[in-house]
Amino acid sequence: MKNTIELDRVGMVYETASGPVEALRNISLAVGEGEFISIVGPSGCGKSTLLRVIAGLRPMTSGTVLVDGTSVTRPIPKVGMVFQAAVLLKWRSVLDNVLLPAELAGLNPHKFRERAIELLHLVGLEGFTGKKPNELSGGMQQRVALCRALLLDPPLLLMDEPFGALDAMTRDDMNLELLRVWGQETGGTGRKTILFVTHSIPEAVFLADRVVVMSARPGEIADVVNIELDRPRTVETRATADFGHYSLQIYETLTGQMTGDNSRSAQTLS
Amino acid sequence: MTKAFDKALDWLPALGLFVALVVMWQLAVTQFGVREYLLPSPASVVGSMFSSEINWIGHILVTGWAILGAFLIAAVGGILLGTIIAWSPVMSRALMPFLVFVNVLPKVAVAPLFLLWLGYGILPNMLIGALIGFFPVVINTAVGLLQIDEDMLDLGRVFNAPKWKVFAKIRIPNAYPYILSALKITATAAVVGAIVGEFVASQAGLGYVIITSQSSMNTPLAFGALVWISVLGLLLYGAVAVLSRVIAPWAENQEG
Repeated sequence: MKNTIELDRVGMVYETASGPVEALRNISLAVGEGEFISIVGPSGCGKSTLLRVIAGLRPMTSGTVLVDGTSVTRPIPKVGMVFQAAVLLKWRSVLDNVLLPAELAGLNPHKFRERAIELLHLVGLEGFTGKKPNELSGGMQQRVALCRALLLDPPLLLMDEPFGALDAMTRDDMNLELLRVWGQETGGTGRKTILFVTHSIPEAVFLADRVVVMSARPGEIADVVNIELDRPRTVETRATADFGHYSLQIYETLTGQMTGDNSRSAQTLS
Repeated sequence: MTKAFDKALDWLPALGLFVALVVMWQLAVTQFGVREYLLPSPASVVGSMFSSEINWIGHILVTGWAILGAFLIAAVGGILLGTIIAWSPVMSRALMPFLVFVNVLPKVAVAPLFLLWLGYGILPNMLIGALIGFFPVVINTAVGLLQIDEDMLDLGRVFNAPKWKVFAKIRIPNAYPYILSALKITATAAVVGAIVGEFVASQAGLGYVIITSQSSMNTPLAFGALVWISVLGLLLYGAVAVLSRVIAPWAENQEG
């Protein structure tokens, strides 16, 4: 399998008023094309920063990042991003929000209208194209954000705790939805490679081919767990013994990483 | 229909209080025999507002233009300066100390100088109003342009969008609610400025009517001018409120 992303000993140190802080240390990881990777770790482990480094939005201070064999030194247009908040433009309709990337990239948005409507159809929002974001529920807003990220058919999707602000039931729905879209929405270039940051272990296990477990301060890779659960994954997948084993294994890795103050946040991870 | 009725009902307490106050005022003046040059009755104020003893329309137009001019200069100037400040950190550092200085200056004190430089007429009055009203627009424009979700900016960075495009598509619409709420302040400031200018020196306008009627003890006329000034102020404020509902409807819930 061809590697889409290759991280080689990536490190990042940033300056603060109270001295330098090491956000990432020695991150090496190869991600295959069409692979679904979850990155799980405690708050402040630099997992969000790592996504932005891969997208070229934040500079790394050591190591190299290759995306499709090219070194990343500035923002690359090959990625779609979904954030924890939907960050939709409140003054634009749902359809115009989905079309925003085309406008920002200097492309003719009219040519993407059809695709935008198709994507909204795919996530069940075909009846909401003319609505404003504040007329939508949180889950629907994240679906719009997902469509926006997919508009220009990027081979790489970077998702930063996209469902972290949703209630548990909506979140489970969105997980299924995401896998369905990932399976269907190939845009003619094959399955998208997804890096999905979360602090929910069950979510990480449910979605991914591999779960990258990170430790905090500095952010390092503590473990990489292969998730050999059958696809397509369904509601029943969560009830299997394997699912439980994987979750427990990751939980133990994470709690093993933590001492003192951090043990409190370990409990919230379960 | 019931919705419109409910809305009308919301206004009832304010309307009731207003009517009660006017009736009490009228009764107090007639019952206690208050002399008219001290406090005219509501009836005589209304009478004076439409009396033909002075050219009301002429005075209203003079003050109206001064207010509108002041408002437009403050709005356009303020939005431009605010945009420059948000666009360039260097310009921001250069301009801010001056703007803060102008802001702490009591603008009313500058009015005589404006008249000295520009002579009698409508222009100095416009400029005084603009000077009083422009600062909130500058600050709110700059804040609205700069206070933006970092994720939203990342959205622009991913596509290497040029700075002007991020301004046009994201930052400027984001600033609309901020600018419009500043313009509501400017609307009232423009009225103050125009009237102050007319107080200092003028030959026409509602401020001029107040000054002259005071010296001739024609208090009903002064009250009439006062009501007309309020009408002009309300019209401008209402226009801004309607504009903000049209341009930035998403902000209405936040402002309340």
